[in-house]
Parts: sequence; C-alpha cells; structure tokens
Amino acid sequence: MTLQLSTLLAQAGNRRDEKTGAISVPIYQTASFGHPGLGQSTGFDYSRTSNPTRLVLEETLASADGGVKGFAFASGLAAIDAVLHLFNSGDRIIVTEDLYGGTYRLLEKVFRPLGLDAVYVDTSDTEAVALALQDPRVHGIFIETPTNPLLKIADIRVIANMARKRNVLSIVDNTFLTPVFQRPLELGADIAVYSATKYLSGHNDVVAGAVVVRTPDLAERVGFYQNAIGSILGPQDSWLTIRGLKTLALRLQKQQDNALLIASWLKTLPTVRLVLYPGLPDHPGRDILERENSGFGSMISFEVDSASRISGILSGLKVFLFAESLGGVESLITFPSVQTHADLTPALRDRFGINDRLLRLSIGVEDADDLIDDLRSVL
Amino acid sequence: MNYRTKLIHSGIDRDPYTGASSIPIYQTSTFAQPDPEHPGPYDYSRSGNPTREALEHAIATLEGGSQGLAFSSGMAATSSVFLLFKPGDHVVVGSDIYGGTYRVLTGLFKRWQLNVTFADSADPDTFRKAITPATKALFIETPANPLLNITDLKAMVQIARTHDLLAITDNTFMTPYLQRPLEFGFDIVVHSATKFLGGHSDLIAGLAVTRDESIGRHLKAIQNSFGAILGPQDSWLVHRGIRTLGVRIEAQQQTAGEIALWLRKNPAVRRVFYPGLDDHPARDIHLRQASGAGAVLSFELAGKPEVLRLLKQTKLALPAVSLGGVESILSYPAMMSHASMPRQERLARGITDGLVRLSAGLEAPDDLMADLEVALT
Repeated sequence: MTLQLSTLLAQAGNRRDEKTGAISVPIYQTASFGHPGLGQSTGFDYSRTSNPTRLVLEETLASADGGVKGFAFASGLAAIDAVLHLFNSGDRIIVTEDLYGGTYRLLEKVFRPLGLDAVYVDTSDTEAVALALQDPRVHGIFIETPTNPLLKIADIRVIANMARKRNVLSIVDNTFLTPVFQRPLELGADIAVYSATKYLSGHNDVVAGAVVVRTPDLAERVGFYQNAIGSILGPQDSWLTIRGLKTLALRLQKQQDNALLIASWLKTLPTVRLVLYPGLPDHPGRDILERENSGFGSMISFEVDSASRISGILSGLKVFLFAESLGGVESLITFPSVQTHADLTPALRDRFGINDRLLRLSIGVEDADDLIDDLRSVL
Repeated sequence: MNYRTKLIHSGIDRDPYTGASSIPIYQTSTFAQPDPEHPGPYDYSRSGNPTREALEHAIATLEGGSQGLAFSSGMAATSSVFLLFKPGDHVVVGSDIYGGTYRVLTGLFKRWQLNVTFADSADPDTFRKAITPATKALFIETPANPLLNITDLKAMVQIARTHDLLAITDNTFMTPYLQRPLEFGFDIVVHSATKFLGGHSDLIAGLAVTRDESIGRHLKAIQNSFGAILGPQDSWLVHRGIRTLGVRIEAQQQTAGEIALWLRKNPAVRRVFYPGLDDHPARDIHLRQASGAGAVLSFELAGKPEVLRLLKQTKLALPAVSLGGVESILSYPAMMSHASMPRQERLARGITDGLVRLSAGLEAPDDLMADLEVALT
C-alpha cells in the first residue's frame, strides 16, 4: 500500500516498540548495547554508529524524500559537512551564489583551506549553470532553492539532469520547502540536505540536520562519514524531530496560507518597495514551482523604503520575534545583512541584493490577522 | 579549592534567573534579540547555548584550560581538532590510539592531505624520529587502549616544544580527576565524554579543552562552522555526570585495583595489564603524571575458546563496546575494537586472541569477583 506523505509522517515511529506497544517510539538514551553473544549483535552496538530512536527518524526522512537512506546530524551544517566530505582535495563544486551564510562560511573557512574550490553561480539562471557545468574540474553542484533570503528558484529537474549527464553529483538544500512541497530526489537530484532545526522539527526547540541519499553507494559513503566523524544527533533531539515531523504537513499548509495573505498585503504598502515571495503571481520562479512542486513555502523577504526604518520595525513588533532561524510555529523576523549573512563580504551582499533595507519573515501558524496587525503597527 | 569541590562548583552551576540549583535544559534553537543594535549574549544554539556553555565552562575549569567545547561525540571532538590543520601538514600520532581516531585519520583526513605517521609514543626516541619539517602536532593517548601502555607526558611536551608542535592528547581513560595534561604543557585535551565523564553509558558526547585562548577561539569557530555540537539534553546529562565523577572514579579505581590483584592469582589468567600493579613496566611514569591507575584493566586468557566461555558465563559484567560507565563492561578487542586490524598486525601489538578488557563499574567488588571466578573456572 502506498501511503500519502501526511499519513506516513503522522505515523512516524508507530508500531516500533513491539514489547510494550508504546505508540511513541522510546527515547533510547544509551551509549552502548549489550551483545547477546560474541559475534552476535541486536543490530545496535554503539549509539554513534546507530541508535534506535535516531534510526526511526532516519527511516522516516528517507521515505518522505523517496531516498534509500536518511541520516540525522547534530546540526544542518554538520549534515552539509558530511556531504562535502564526498569530495576530494582539488575538486571544484558549483554553489548557489546567494546561499545561507553558514554554508558559505563552511565552504570558505573550512573546506577551501582543505582544497575544495567552490564557484558561486546564480542557479536560478539555468543557462549560467549549464555553462559552469562545462568545466571538467566540476565534481558537484550544491543548490539552495528557494534561496535564502532572496527566494530565487532553481529548476532542480533540468539542473539535476544536466549534472547526471556529466557525472556531477547534485545536492539540494531543501530546508525551505521540505518533502511536503518539494522532493529533490524525485526530480533527479542525488542528495537532499536539511537544517532540520527549521520546518522539519518546526518548533524552534532543536538544532538538527538531515541528509537523504538516492543510491546505496552514497548511503554507504555518507554512513561511513557519519560514524567516522561522529557528528550525530542525540536521542532526545531525534525524538523531538520525529515529534515535529508528525505535524509537518499540517503546519506547512497553514504557514503557507498565512504567508500568501501577508505577502499580498505587504505589496499594497507605500513604505514597502519590494516583496519577494514565490507564491506571488509576479514572482519569476513561480512557474517552476507550479510545475515541479506542490507549494511555495512561507518565507517572505521584503525591502522597506529607508534603512532608518529598520530599527523601529525590529523593536516595535509584538508578535513577530526578532531572532535568527526560521520555520517554527512562531513567526520570526530577521535582518539578513547583519545576522544570517554577516559572513558574506559587503561586495557580495551588494551584488546579491542583501542590503540594509531587506528584512526576512518566517511566517508561523498564528492567526494571519494578528500578524498583519503587528506588521501594520510598524510599517 | 579541593578538586572534589570543584566538580560540584565548577563555575556556572546555578541558574542566574531563578536560582535553580541545576542549569535548565535550554531546549531552544534560537534566542530573541531585544535590540537590533546590541545583540544579546546568545543568538543561535549552534553558536552558543546556555546549557552547553555551563558544561563547556565546567570542563575548561576541571582541565585547567581557557576554552572548553562540547561536541556530538568523542570522534566529533577529535575530528574538529584535526580541522585545525591544513593540507600538507603532518601529524605524528601514537600507534596505539583509539581505533575510531585511526579510522578518521586514514579514511577521511588523508583525502584532505593531512599526512599522518603512527609511532610508538611509549618510546619517546622512536616517536621523535617520525617528526619531519612539515610536522605540526603530536597526538597521543595515555594509558592507551587496550594494553594500558603509558606515554610520558613531560617527554612529549619536551618534544613538542623543541619542534614547535601542538601537543594534543586524548584524556578519556583518566579524566581530569586523575590526570591533567594541560598542567604539563599540553595544548589540547580531547575526551569521549561518553565514558567516565558522562559515566552512565547513557549518552554519546565529546569534549575538547584548549590551554591557549587563541587556539580556543579557532576551535570554537570550527565548532560553529562545522556544527557538530552537543544537544542541550546530552549537555545537561554530561554535566550531571561530572558532579559524581570523583566518587565514581575513586570507587571504580578501588575495584579495578582489587580485581587486578585477584586476577593475577587466578590460574586461568596468564597476564594482567594495569598501571597500578607493581609489575607494570611504566607504573612509575604513570604515577608521576596521574593521581591514580584508573578503572580499566586488561587480562590475557589462554585463547579464544576461554574468552568465549568467560563472556558467555558472566552474569554481572555486560559484554559490550564502550567503557567508563557505572556498570562493569567486558570487551574482547580481537573481535570488537580491533576486529578490523589484520591478525598479524594485531598480534604484533600484543593484542592476542586471549586478551579481554574490563571496565570496572560501581558494583560491589566481591560480587564481580565471585561472578568472574565462576566464569573463569
């Protein structure tokens, strides 16, 4: 029987504890597992290698994305780190230019010194990607779509297909849309990575990361790094992420409904110059999402008319929390140029359009009118 | 302050807002910023979390270092330390280090062109010969696993100073309660906190402490960039474990000492390896640099059939991987920690088919000995 994603998510971890029948999977807060006999194993030896609670999360992630195997990590960056270890010193990879500042920092401060060369390309420009892929030194492509914070859309299907033909590994950071709205592996990508801190766990109470891979060979290699480097997710945080996944479909629908209302309203304001939301009819990537995905998400970026307004907005909001992160049930507002993207050089920020008038909203599940009233009071 | 008092009061051991005697588990990813122009002390839990920070402060105090950092496993701590180096750098590593460290060096860091030579750190002259102009660090473990070989910390620091190397050691077996390498001049200490520091076999965690503030800042930047952090629940559990570290180690060490002496008299036992025994070749060196022999010992039976029998018969000691918990654990290096090593190589290192490792727990020593007696007969 093929189950809908919402069914699969709601029942994650059910029927696992055969002994007690507990509906919710137990939190296996253990380091080691006793062996029934020498050379025998229950399937679990040491929790870094595999832990029953983490395994339920990893299996749920794999089936949600239609991959062969999922892996849970200590943070989104630890997940991305594990994937970047698939490359070698001297390799070159194409990376979405306006990507998350933490990924940029990892590439520039950790992996560039090790000899991995990242070249930054506007991946919403499929022709630019095709051109970059002609470089024979390119071994991988790492796409973020929609991008953070400018919400540009890449055509995963076309890019993954081009990459496959050139034997280039394709990786998609699917944090913003999750398998509920976008399934990169089904579109042809090799690997999906997540900051599970965001929508997957969804309550701003966990820092976690995830990787889902398409082939057994990739599963073996990522599994080796996860165990060798040991950047695993603990049992408590694994359990909280499973708990979050159960309401993922429900949350995302409500958050998207709210986001569409708020984005449309923001566009009517004289103090707002630009509204970036992939669900708006005039968004340049909307067609791709309509064709390949089932939703637009709930991240909105907008530019106000004057930088002098920013401080008053951030301190005047009562419902929106001024904090880093996104994807939780509570709405957050972020000032990308000084928070999430502070590690980019000023020149790069200017080129991408991450200026000092740009604000990013992560829309939660609160009442849409309350959120609009809150924004109205400062705009 | 007496060291046992320090374990309870290591600095941040009270919640500043409510006075709660235990730091709350800050199960949060992010922190609201009251003022855009003046960021608060915390912005995102990967970069800093109050629960994790209390633990990081505690281990820095206990090791006598400037910066403590908590990671998602001992291997994540060790891997993060190796990220301090660049392609082309060379590191000399003790030949009997933990198998997981060996695996990450040969299976992962080698591909990023970190060059490694394994050398016997118990013999400083041999070890010194492995140093090249590209060498940037030495990495050792003492006592080493599973034969409890001892490395002279002072000799290693001397080598490091002469050749301008970072001196790094894995202090998992001793913990700072028994041995504080930074006080001898080591630069970085790493731990699998899964073992004695956590102490209850109920979590996976790693810790690193640096002596120098600038290396501490570099490693903290790696922790934040690479993101292999320890979650708040596990951070809280390690901190909780540290509060009883002194009493646990004292009792476990006492038991290990009694069992070592008793095993030596058992006719089925060929040899006993324990740094507290008077026939251990480096006992003097060990007791010069540590205040006790620890709670891990190894012993040799005639061969594999005898070991299989022991592991089957024992009722109290748990046959499992890992060590350092309140429960005694018996492990069989030939088929567990060193299974991936070719047999000849393993035998050359003295890890025979009859070798068994015991991590003494908190059970009554008489019960453990009675149980072993039956299983060995």
